[in-house]
Amino acid sequence: MPYLGTEDTVRELRRALSNPNVQSDHLRYRNTVLKVIRTMSQGVDVSGLFSEMVKACATVDIVQKKLVYVFLCSYAALNPELSLLVINTLRKDCQDPNPMVRSLALRNMTNLRLPSLVEYVEQPLTAGLRDRAACVRRVAVLGWAKLHSLQPSSEIDAAVVNELYSLLRDPDPVVMVNCLRALEEILKEEGGVAINKPITHHLLNRLKECDIWGQCEVLRILQRYQPQSEDELFDILSLLDASLVSPHPPVMAATLSLFPTLCAVSLAAVERFRAPLLAACGSASREMRFTALCHIQLLLRSLPGLMCAHYKRFFCGYAEPAYIKQRKMQVLVELVNDETVAMLLDELKGYCTDVNADTAQAAISAIGRIGRSYSDRCLEILTGLLGLKQEHITSAVVRTMRDLVWVCPQCSDTVCLGLEGCEETLQDSQGRQALLWLLGMYGERVSSAPYTLEVFIDGVRSEASLGVKMELLTATMRLFLCRPAETQDMLGRLLHYCIEEETDMCVHDQALLYYRLLHCGIEETRKVLQGRRSDPSLGVLIGRPAEPISHWAHSFNTLEPLRQSAVETESASRGSPEHVTFDPKPSTDLSDTLNCSHAEKVQTGSDSTCSADDLASSIMVPLSLSLSPALSPEEFEHLWLWRHAEQGVEKTKEEEDYVCMEEHVHCPAIPLCSPQSIQAAMQLVNIQTLAFTPPYTLPWRVYLYTHTQHTRSADTPHSTLILGELLYTGEANQKAIGDREVMVEGEQENEGEEATADGLSGREMARKDREKEGVKVTLKQQPRDDEALKGFLTILTTVLHTLSSERA
Amino acid sequence: MCSVLQAHKDLHFVHVRQGGLYWVATTTADTSPFTIIEFLNRLTALVKDYCGSLSEKSVQMNFALIYELLDEVVDYGYIQTTSSDVLKNFIQTEAVSSRPFNLFDLSNVSLFGAETQQSKVAPSSAATRPIQSSREQGGKNEIFVNVIERMSVVIGSNGILMKADVEGEIRVKCYMPSCSEMRIGLNEEFSIGKSQLRGYGATVRVDECSFHQAVRLDEFDSHQILRLCPSQGEQTVMQYHLSDDLPSAPPFRLFPAIERDSGGRLLMYMKLRCDLSPKSAAINVSATIPVPKGSVSLSQELSSPDQSAELKLQSRAIVWQIPRFPGGTQLSALFKLEVPGLSSASMLEVGPVGLNFELPKFTATGLQIRFLRLSPVQPGPLQRWVRYVTHSDSYTIRV
Repeated sequence: MPYLGTEDTVRELRRALSNPNVQSDHLRYRNTVLKVIRTMSQGVDVSGLFSEMVKACATVDIVQKKLVYVFLCSYAALNPELSLLVINTLRKDCQDPNPMVRSLALRNMTNLRLPSLVEYVEQPLTAGLRDRAACVRRVAVLGWAKLHSLQPSSEIDAAVVNELYSLLRDPDPVVMVNCLRALEEILKEEGGVAINKPITHHLLNRLKECDIWGQCEVLRILQRYQPQSEDELFDILSLLDASLVSPHPPVMAATLSLFPTLCAVSLAAVERFRAPLLAACGSASREMRFTALCHIQLLLRSLPGLMCAHYKRFFCGYAEPAYIKQRKMQVLVELVNDETVAMLLDELKGYCTDVNADTAQAAISAIGRIGRSYSDRCLEILTGLLGLKQEHITSAVVRTMRDLVWVCPQCSDTVCLGLEGCEETLQDSQGRQALLWLLGMYGERVSSAPYTLEVFIDGVRSEASLGVKMELLTATMRLFLCRPAETQDMLGRLLHYCIEEETDMCVHDQALLYYRLLHCGIEETRKVLQGRRSDPSLGVLIGRPAEPISHWAHSFNTLEPLRQSAVETESASRGSPEHVTFDPKPSTDLSDTLNCSHAEKVQTGSDSTCSADDLASSIMVPLSLSLSPALSPEEFEHLWLWRHAEQGVEKTKEEEDYVCMEEHVHCPAIPLCSPQSIQAAMQLVNIQTLAFTPPYTLPWRVYLYTHTQHTRSADTPHSTLILGELLYTGEANQKAIGDREVMVEGEQENEGEEATADGLSGREMARKDREKEGVKVTLKQQPRDDEALKGFLTILTTVLHTLSSERA
Repeated sequence: MCSVLQAHKDLHFVHVRQGGLYWVATTTADTSPFTIIEFLNRLTALVKDYCGSLSEKSVQMNFALIYELLDEVVDYGYIQTTSSDVLKNFIQTEAVSSRPFNLFDLSNVSLFGAETQQSKVAPSSAATRPIQSSREQGGKNEIFVNVIERMSVVIGSNGILMKADVEGEIRVKCYMPSCSEMRIGLNEEFSIGKSQLRGYGATVRVDECSFHQAVRLDEFDSHQILRLCPSQGEQTVMQYHLSDDLPSAPPFRLFPAIERDSGGRLLMYMKLRCDLSPKSAAINVSATIPVPKGSVSLSQELSSPDQSAELKLQSRAIVWQIPRFPGGTQLSALFKLEVPGLSSASMLEVGPVGLNFELPKFTATGLQIRFLRLSPVQPGPLQRWVRYVTHSDSYTIRV
């Protein structure tokens, strides 16, 4: 910062400093020095006064001395020669009877950071280690660390290192802690201070004497120690008990981070983390709250249920800063379960209209996340928000809906209804891209889709966003495939514009690609463009699988957890969902099981274009399940038994409107799952479970039902009711089966059911002996719809396999 | 408002915001964020103790003192000590008070004090002087014990209490250069944890409780007495937490009625009731009512002239200020909002209402200090002050 009158000020100060009258009056002298420091801290370069300040150093006034030292330490590096002059005064001060003066001199001698002065400093430092006063020893110990950092290449005398080790037994706790710090730096190349059993126990026993900073330091260094026996471990743990309940978050956190290294942390041990972290979450300091929240997020990665009972502690205060609110919402999303969902959604709804746009968007996407398990309630809120017709809210809602539909295709009907009319409110490119993606994917169900796209196409000339233009091209192409009559003309105009006039290469080339693709014929185009509508890797997973503690244990109590927010917001503001790369592990895992269910047609390669028609047969024929109208247990029983009896009597006569089917799914771990997790998983895909036997009992049964809604391209919606029973008799011998196979047999009369079914029955005979090992699934459907039943079976099998593999 | 942690290349910046100032620490190591933040908070507390108050001005005026403080507190990036007992031997510079303490202040400050044995009232500015001045000003020996509680409450639109949390602490601020043992007696019926259910009556209960390292608790279980030797300056001797189970009704209730009138205006009729006992009163109450986007102007009818209301376009809310709100009374206000293009969906944007307030002489948990004794009795005059105050951390009423 340029400072007016800099030169004058410096000149004035110099005159005052060298004025003998000022020098003789120590109050005036001190005030002049004070003025120099004030000028310095305002950013003025006062290095020119160095020699005057060196003179001012020789004084009995301690306040003045301290001020001069502040000055000297800032400017010594610029004046190495003149700094030599100070050394004499400093060395003299090191002999002063007043320990405060000694420590001050010693500290500032080492703070000058001049390698040329090292030879003068070593002697007073050595003497300082044996000083009577603790405050001098504290400074001397750290002084050696500073010396080492000035000359990292030169070896520190082994005698000094030994002396430092012996000072670990110094009566003053700060000297002890400083020794640890100094040794840690000096011996960095050897891996820091040696921590053996005697030192560990010495440090632990003196932990109580240290203040909180010392305790943190000691605990941090003890992370390197491995107890040698079980008994020793318990001794250590009992010594740590007091620090665990410390009201000071730093001590608490340092103790917690010791646990993973001391003993292999069980989940039960992590339970102990809860209370202290919750307490830190209620701290008066906002920054402390934030830090605690970030660490709670870490814990939740391994123990999703840890904080469920305390969800109210994570409600946002209305005056809290946005960064805390956003973290709290991220935590709240993790705490959703059947009991809390109503309260949580109510609370989150309130944040959606927050005056801070970022907070509002975070709340909306949090609702979207919850929508993956509780889609109906969340969609109701989201569509309600569209009514506000506010730019940033609509944009966030549309983006959230896109992400939701990608993982929960069963929501698409509601989403399509909500989309009407929101293009008027959308302004930002992110939101419009999301809208275009949805219109392209579900254009056949949004009646106004062509008109909306037409508005976009008419305005394409003035469109600034590259992303929007590219999304528009793809959306128009997709819409053309399902509604050619309405779209053909505008597609032509769009392609013409993009190829002839567009200057951006990406858009131009993409348009050209589509143009040439259309030349290859409509079927080819369909193969390329109509990929999957939903995320193949997700769908039935209940939340994320819990991570092992070792994944995050090393980053506990570091800056790492505070940093993660940036990453998460990035992934939220991405483009179309299918462009996102997925975590490879679950996706391969699950697509295997998906493919197995219609193994007869599996082609090689998971490339989306290759398997496009394959997918088209299974997913593109939209099958959605729904729970309404609900079925009471009595009605269920009635229907089930009625069908049962009827089937027994008229086995030969197959009704057109009714089918019963039995099969075996190999998933041995299923009967061990808790009813809650089965119910949650089933509800995720809109299957209602009605009755259970408790886990581990034999025979084990579950009854369930759902309604299918099945639209055959142009037909009217066709809905069926499916009742199901899962039965595990337990007579299975655990013979290993390499692949998970779904066996289909029973009443499924193949009325012209192509060769595939015949081929299947051949294989089915060969493996008949294995069928007893699995869970027997009996399904009854009314009215009959083979495709829907098959689709349902696929979904059910996937759910069971997922549950089973999670359990295993 | 930027995030607590920022990074530039290898350097991390961690900051804390207090007194309108950013207190920033930098580190290249991946060190404990809890330690850094606690240290910065402690540093601000020390600066406040030594300079009297925490503001840009006091920092500017006391830069020499702060340099000195930093020099003693941190050496080579390692925290040496933050104990005011240790520091008082080293700190030599005197604080420059931004506003010298004078008797005139006594007459016109907003008073809230407590009936201790002296039954006198301490001015609120008395605790904002530097701790060191006592040494020179002939030693005005004073001890302040503050019981401070922060409430965070959510009341549903149906009037049901959905969440109530109280975070409380007992802070001792000591102006005596050296102090002998102090005994603080809490309510006799004080219990910790959920299990201990005693009969009805004036039981004071908290869920969790933690104490300062220096507090000795040998008489706590039998007589609810905390023993400690307070060091100079301010320290928190006890922290406690209570959730969901308040001994008394929440202090405020709101009865809103919101409708659209024929002229397209939004009419909000708000009745706010204060459920404190008639003896006490809330001060500096301010209610923030979010309004639909696009609100242009506001006209209001308030029940008394000392209240005020204002439409803040920046934060899209009406701020309704009530300087003093006695217990057992009810205030009402009618707000007429001009919102062009008001739709029925816009009603969603109204609420939840946030309340900010201060309740002097009131603790939400009912915690009281029975007595405050120093033993052996100090020579010379000693003044002991006990003050209670409850602040709103976040008091939200859904409409």
